[in-house]
Amino acid sequence: MVGWKYTSWALAACLLGAVGCRPADPTLVKIVSSLPRTGSAKQQSDTLVRGIRMAIEEAEGRVGPFRLEYLDLDDSTAAAGQWTSEAEAANARRALQDPDVVAYIGTFNSGAAKVSMPILNLGDLLMVSPANTAVGLTKPGLGAPGEPGVYRPTGRLNYVRVVPADDLQGPLSADWAKNRGIKRVSILDDNEVYGKGIADLFDERCREIGIEVLGHDSIDAKAQEFKSLMASIKAANPDLVYFGGTTQSKGGQLAKDMVSAGITALFMVPDGCREQVFIDSAGAANLEGRCFVTFGGLPPEKLTGKGSEFVERYRRKYGELPEAYAVYGYEAACVALRAIREAGTKDRRAITDKALAIRDFDGALGRWGFDSNGDTSMRTLTVSGVKDGAFRFEEILDAGDEVVAP
Amino acid sequence: MQFFLQQCLIGITNGALVALVALGYTMVYGIIRLINFAHGDLIMLGACLALTLVSAFGLAGGGMVTTWCGVVLLVLLCGLFCGGLNVAVDRIVYRPLRNAPKLAPLVSAIGVSFIFMNIGLFWLGPADRSFPELLPAANLLAGDGLQFTAKDLLVLVVVIPLMVALSLLVKSTRLGKAMRAVSQDPTAAALVGIDVDRVIAFTFFVGGFLGGAASVIYGLYINTISFQMGFQNGLYAFTAAVLGGIGSIPGAVVGGLVIGLVRSLSSAYVGERWTGAIVFVILIVILVFRPEGLLGRGTKEKV
Repeated sequence: MVGWKYTSWALAACLLGAVGCRPADPTLVKIVSSLPRTGSAKQQSDTLVRGIRMAIEEAEGRVGPFRLEYLDLDDSTAAAGQWTSEAEAANARRALQDPDVVAYIGTFNSGAAKVSMPILNLGDLLMVSPANTAVGLTKPGLGAPGEPGVYRPTGRLNYVRVVPADDLQGPLSADWAKNRGIKRVSILDDNEVYGKGIADLFDERCREIGIEVLGHDSIDAKAQEFKSLMASIKAANPDLVYFGGTTQSKGGQLAKDMVSAGITALFMVPDGCREQVFIDSAGAANLEGRCFVTFGGLPPEKLTGKGSEFVERYRRKYGELPEAYAVYGYEAACVALRAIREAGTKDRRAITDKALAIRDFDGALGRWGFDSNGDTSMRTLTVSGVKDGAFRFEEILDAGDEVVAP
Repeated sequence: MQFFLQQCLIGITNGALVALVALGYTMVYGIIRLINFAHGDLIMLGACLALTLVSAFGLAGGGMVTTWCGVVLLVLLCGLFCGGLNVAVDRIVYRPLRNAPKLAPLVSAIGVSFIFMNIGLFWLGPADRSFPELLPAANLLAGDGLQFTAKDLLVLVVVIPLMVALSLLVKSTRLGKAMRAVSQDPTAAALVGIDVDRVIAFTFFVGGFLGGAASVIYGLYINTISFQMGFQNGLYAFTAAVLGGIGSIPGAVVGGLVIGLVRSLSSAYVGERWTGAIVFVILIVILVFRPEGLLGRGTKEKV
């Protein structure tokens, strides 16, 4: 309730701002990012924002003929402790109404992208996500009915993402489980866009490759404990429990209750839980050696070429290794900068088209391009375990090459 | 059968915790007909204090005896803290509104709830916080059948004596008699020489003390606290109080246990995602047929 109040004020302020709008500055372009800057995802978004700032600093504040400004917006509220639709919608409108804004980096949560994509689409404003993985956002036929058309009211594309979607992550997780000798799984999800999406894909793949699915249940992410649920899972006796969800939707509490119910099965979670806060909230001892996390890309220590140079510069600048998502923030900003530079104008449609046309990008993540849906051609995922209270790289899952659509 | 027993065990343990919180609602309602919406958030603040104390004194590393002594001390300290806070809120916020229309204290209670929540936000930060596992997770029962750990035991060994003590207090002491008198008719109670404000303050203290105890148990049993936990806890406890018949002490206990059992059994046999809905459907059905709640009419002694 508090959150709603704050955001409606923010909204009002934003509308007032639009009324007293000054004319566009022909020598200036702005890039904004909209990420959860308060709450438990802050650690991830800090590292993303640092990545974006590094890309902008390397451009020395200029792109093509323009001066460059960066605005770091927050799509979460302290009261909610995570992203809210109101805050995300306010950010999208604010970006749209400022004629100097030519690129929108975000969002972190797929659910938030659902809110801002149709708003930004109306203005043809380029949206580059460093972290959304829900399939329905871009891929026809894989998400809910009507997706992704509902996010494109103009019928044109304006959204790209530099991270592989869950149609890789879900199935590859199931393949990994199979290779590890897992025969019986119990599946849980948090009933959100991202969590349910990936759990459904995992479920489907398990059935295809002959892993027995003992049960697939959605949790109420506002519930405080899952002891009864865990007693049911214990009775079913799986080899592995898969949770499609994030730290914010109770990944940590599930791990705790699983251990206290006496379940000895492995625990597997997707990239929404790949942050230190997840380990802290679950208690490191509850995850040690039994929890595995997939991630759409390579962890910082496994990057090569430009990627390892980025990690080195980051380490020198901030005195610590970047978290997994930093390089995606950097790459997303580099994509936006390249599109602006190539377009050479402030016309939003022209810039968006330049980004969509990227087929061969030589960046920190390696060589990749966008396909006709705005998805990356990167098809590498990794699995990490938890060891001594930190994530430790286990292995690379490669989906093999797929021909990039022309 | 064993699976059913396991779910009942979980339900009873969870329900006992809900009941302890529900007592705070029902006592305050019984004596001044106020639904104290701040009660859930009071418990959240108790949990904040418990976490701060546990971290400050490094209880997590102690042996068996240290741990249990520490837990008893925590229950006492957090109980006193929440009781004191509840009395202070009554003195500052509710007492000046004693003769105001019923809605005024009710809205003030919602206001206090928000103030508490923001203090909690300041105290804990926006993210969920892990409460250290002070008690061993090992199964106390032999074999790998039923799972009953020290944590479950803790809930029952703290909650049951507190409830028994509370009923003795209300039934057989002078103060309890005074509480019952104020509950029935504050004016008549004042006429026979009872200091009504003092009795009400005492009721707030007892309700707060039970809440403080509940907050420690909650931290040790659930192991995660957050500044938002008060809302969900308060909602279930309030539901339990209404289900049992608000104002009735045995009613709150029965209501808590029913809610705990319904939640665990519906999670087991219907599906985890339906638990919240089923609890409230049952509440509505019971209230349609027994608007006074399960034990609302049969109990004359309301506090």
